[in-house]
Amino acid sequence: MKRQTMYFRMITSSLIRRRSRMLVALLAVAIGATILSGLVTIYYDIPRQMGEEFRSYGANLIFVPGGGDSALNADEVKKATGFIPAEDIVGIAPYRYETVKINEQPFMAAGTDLNEVKKTSPYWFVSGQWPAGSGSVLIGQEVVERIRLSPGDTFTLSGTDIGGKSFSHDFTVSGIVQTGGTEEAFIFMPLSDLEGLMGNSGVLDVVECSISATQQVLNDIAGQVGENVDDVTPRLVKRVTQSEGTVLTKLQALVYLVTVVVLLLTMICVATTMMAVVAERRREIGLKKALGAANKSIIKEFLGEGLLLGGLGGLLGVALGFAFAQTVSINVFARSISFQPLLIPATLIVSVAITGLACLLPVRSATDVDPAIVLRGE
Amino acid sequence: MNLLELQDISKIYGNVKALQNIDLTVRQGEWLAIMGPSGSGKTTMMNIIGCMDKPSNGAVILDGTNISKESAKSLTGIRRDKIGLIFQQFHLISYLTALENVMVAQYYHSMPDEKEALQALERVGLGDRARHLPSQLSGGEQQRVCIARALINYPMLILADEPTGNLDEANEGIVLDIFKQLHKDGSTIVVVTHDPEVAEEAQRTVVLEHGRIARIVENEK
Repeated sequence: MKRQTMYFRMITSSLIRRRSRMLVALLAVAIGATILSGLVTIYYDIPRQMGEEFRSYGANLIFVPGGGDSALNADEVKKATGFIPAEDIVGIAPYRYETVKINEQPFMAAGTDLNEVKKTSPYWFVSGQWPAGSGSVLIGQEVVERIRLSPGDTFTLSGTDIGGKSFSHDFTVSGIVQTGGTEEAFIFMPLSDLEGLMGNSGVLDVVECSISATQQVLNDIAGQVGENVDDVTPRLVKRVTQSEGTVLTKLQALVYLVTVVVLLLTMICVATTMMAVVAERRREIGLKKALGAANKSIIKEFLGEGLLLGGLGGLLGVALGFAFAQTVSINVFARSISFQPLLIPATLIVSVAITGLACLLPVRSATDVDPAIVLRGE
Repeated sequence: MNLLELQDISKIYGNVKALQNIDLTVRQGEWLAIMGPSGSGKTTMMNIIGCMDKPSNGAVILDGTNISKESAKSLTGIRRDKIGLIFQQFHLISYLTALENVMVAQYYHSMPDEKEALQALERVGLGDRARHLPSQLSGGEQQRVCIARALINYPMLILADEPTGNLDEANEGIVLDIFKQLHKDGSTIVVVTHDPEVAEEAQRTVVLEHGRIARIVENEK
């Protein structure tokens, strides 16, 4: 039999046949690894979770005309939006504003992509229905108060197109929008309808973008658009991006702090358990020394047991840690969490290192044991 | 030929003189018993002979080499290569089978050999109990495993501390028969005991009193 085979037989026998003792140690390592891997998973998933949460507060980047232009060119906008990573786009809503009249009273009409508005402004409260297609509009609460319209009512919209020619067209109110903001003074219709009334297309006043990204990424996008697209000026919606950044930073700092404290507590817990496990085996260490085992050999055996224990505990910790993180995520953020494969080696390395270290210190002192004293039972 | 020589050995712990001016030789192939009341210095003498302690004064010559000034690390090597230890409380590793307990001594010495370890157990009549854990063995059986472990590396000297101290009469008989066979095969045995019947089986009995050799008795058997 090879020496290595006997070595593995000894360390595995120690773990398997001393089940009750080793289960306590394994439990200590596994609990530590569980909390650690769970917290790290949450730490790295917070930006994604909270980013999605913040997207319900509206757009975080807008494009407005630049270089002295009074309007955005649709082609330039397309170029600008090309700088946003496709996977980060929650919604992009273009807006064109024109003055129109209803019963000779002036109102502001906004032509937009209403499907995108649903994504960029999920906080809008709509009574009735969102417009299903051409000829239907959403009207703001302030407009309703002035002209007394209800969902299903038809009204005539009039005005002057860009050629100075008058137009008049009937629209149906599909819903009434309440936001608590300036949007309540607008009439929202499909962009193509407004372009049809005005007699031209490809002209926009503002484009609202809702992007699931950190403030740093948003700054980078804005920088790239500013440098590369002449007629588009990007602006970060600071009240959203800054508060998002602040909350995320503080939340991550909190979880980071908790993770570090838990890591320290885990180290102390595992070290104490391992010290107790080693201390109760002083007689065995004395016997091995009496049989002629070198200190190096004894340290190697205990270290082997510790590493095996750390590995097993770490593996258990990865699985239980993900379940822990998933439970926290579902209960706190109401979303599932994504598994980080890199966490497997990371948790294993940390568990093995902590357990190994926790074993090494007491074993080193235990090898100073005089075999004669231990074997006499003193 | 002398295998072991203790030359003017003393061991002093603080103000306590555990051993004083001990001169003793053990011939190769001899069976020697060390007897004495509690506190007479038996255990101290066994520790010095077994390379688990060093004398305060004097020289210990084992196999022609003075080992009294060797380092702890070096003494561990000497213990591994030249001495087979048998303990009163057996001291088997609880999570290893009888066979694995014997193989542990091989592992620290050179190379584990399962077949040879099994033969050692068969020699002490435990071939059929090789896969049992110490907790599944009787006291007598555990002591026999301890003897098999002590013999596995063919030591120059077998050092037994009260080998029958924890055994009933039947098992004492079995263990003494094994010792007789070992002696017959040429092994050098030093037994520390308080039992006159065990001591009588040896060729000579050294009686210690207050850390000194009170007398040496040549046994007639």
